[in-house]
Amino acid sequence: MRLNFPHLAVLAVATLALSACSAPPEDGAIHDPYESFNRVSHTFNKGTDRVLIRPLSQAYGTTVPDPVRRSLSHVAAHLDEPKSAVNHVLQGDVESAGHSVFRFLVNSTVGVAGLFDPAAASFGLERRQTGFGDTLTAWGAREGAYLELPLAGPSTERDFAGLIVDVATNPFSYLSSDVAVLNTASTIPAALNVRYEFSDTVDSVLHDSADSYAQLRLSYIQNRKFKLNQQDPDNAGHDPFEDLYDEIYEELYDEF
Amino acid sequence: MNSDLTRRTLLFAAACGTAALRVAPARALSDDEARSLIDAVVNDIHRVINSGMPIQAALKEFENIFVNYADVQAIARSALGPPARTASPRQIRAFTDAFSGYISRKYGKRFREFKGGAIEVTESRKRSRVHEVRAIARLKGRAPLTMSFVVSDRSGKTLFIDILIEGISLLKSERIEIGTLLDRQGGDVDRLVAALNGTG
Repeated sequence: MRLNFPHLAVLAVATLALSACSAPPEDGAIHDPYESFNRVSHTFNKGTDRVLIRPLSQAYGTTVPDPVRRSLSHVAAHLDEPKSAVNHVLQGDVESAGHSVFRFLVNSTVGVAGLFDPAAASFGLERRQTGFGDTLTAWGAREGAYLELPLAGPSTERDFAGLIVDVATNPFSYLSSDVAVLNTASTIPAALNVRYEFSDTVDSVLHDSADSYAQLRLSYIQNRKFKLNQQDPDNAGHDPFEDLYDEIYEELYDEF
Repeated sequence: MNSDLTRRTLLFAAACGTAALRVAPARALSDDEARSLIDAVVNDIHRVINSGMPIQAALKEFENIFVNYADVQAIARSALGPPARTASPRQIRAFTDAFSGYISRKYGKRFREFKGGAIEVTESRKRSRVHEVRAIARLKGRAPLTMSFVVSDRSGKTLFIDILIEGISLLKSERIEIGTLLDRQGGDVDRLVAALNGTG
């Protein structure tokens, strides 16, 4: 196999992620050594949301009819499906890989190039999204430090490495640059739709909380763990609930 | 069922509990008991969101649900953090009241998103010293949300002590939120209470 840029990127990032992610703190607190950089990035993201993303998402949500928005979001999810299939294979989850391939075939044909999602609607095959960040987790990479990336938002060292590999190894970039561009472009209406549909939730975290940086960080880390556990409920070697059911509930009564 | 006997046992247990404060309940909480508490919570939430009552009345109802089924004292104490140890009993009472109103307004407003949807309790299981009761919230036109209610009987009554939505804990969020608000008030619990009472 010829080693081109994406392969090198995978190798480099995977090595980095496996070996160099900073060690977590002992007390279970969120590992955030880059907090001062992250907070600058957060201020930028919050400002961008206020002046650009929120108004755009409101305009999109109120002018474009729901079925059209849903279809555009389906397209983004559809074009993301090969990436999920590849990563399910890398995680050794053949059943989920087949699931993703089947979804891609059904939605490409019956679903009119991904405008609809009959795989979920008629066959009950819900989307099982995954990416290289999940693969790194399956390979034993630690979460590493928390990061808030400009525009891309909350992440961790491990998930950032995964994101770079996901972008660099997008299967569509091999097929046709047009499809690759469509793949990237389709995420914009999908993201605006999420921002619109969860408007109250996002507003409450970003704009109504006393320390929105700390709230976003806490929400991301907990939700990420939750999703990883859901994907792999019988992950051998660790109790998927050890992080959720920690000493916080013990202290509730022990201290008094 | 010999409900008389059960009632007498409960009364006896309650009497023991009052006599020797903070003794562990005589019998461990079962999965079914934890589940039936959350069934009741969910029924009450459905009743409020589908009643079409005006928002102010609905928020009052949500506060009643919270006070009836959650261990408000323990949640409030945990949210206040270490200052709960040095605050006076009067301050703790005032904070607990302000906190339950604040929580009900904040999350009650969010429950409006549940209108036309339904919450279905799916499973109940023991996790270390607490119970986790899982539920699926199916909202119109959205992917279903996984909710977990954390239930404990360590107060002497079976009550919930946290709600997680897609893994995100209300208790942990509020510990950060209240901590930040308290810092803003210079660590003064009385000023924190006034600030909480002033929130929408």
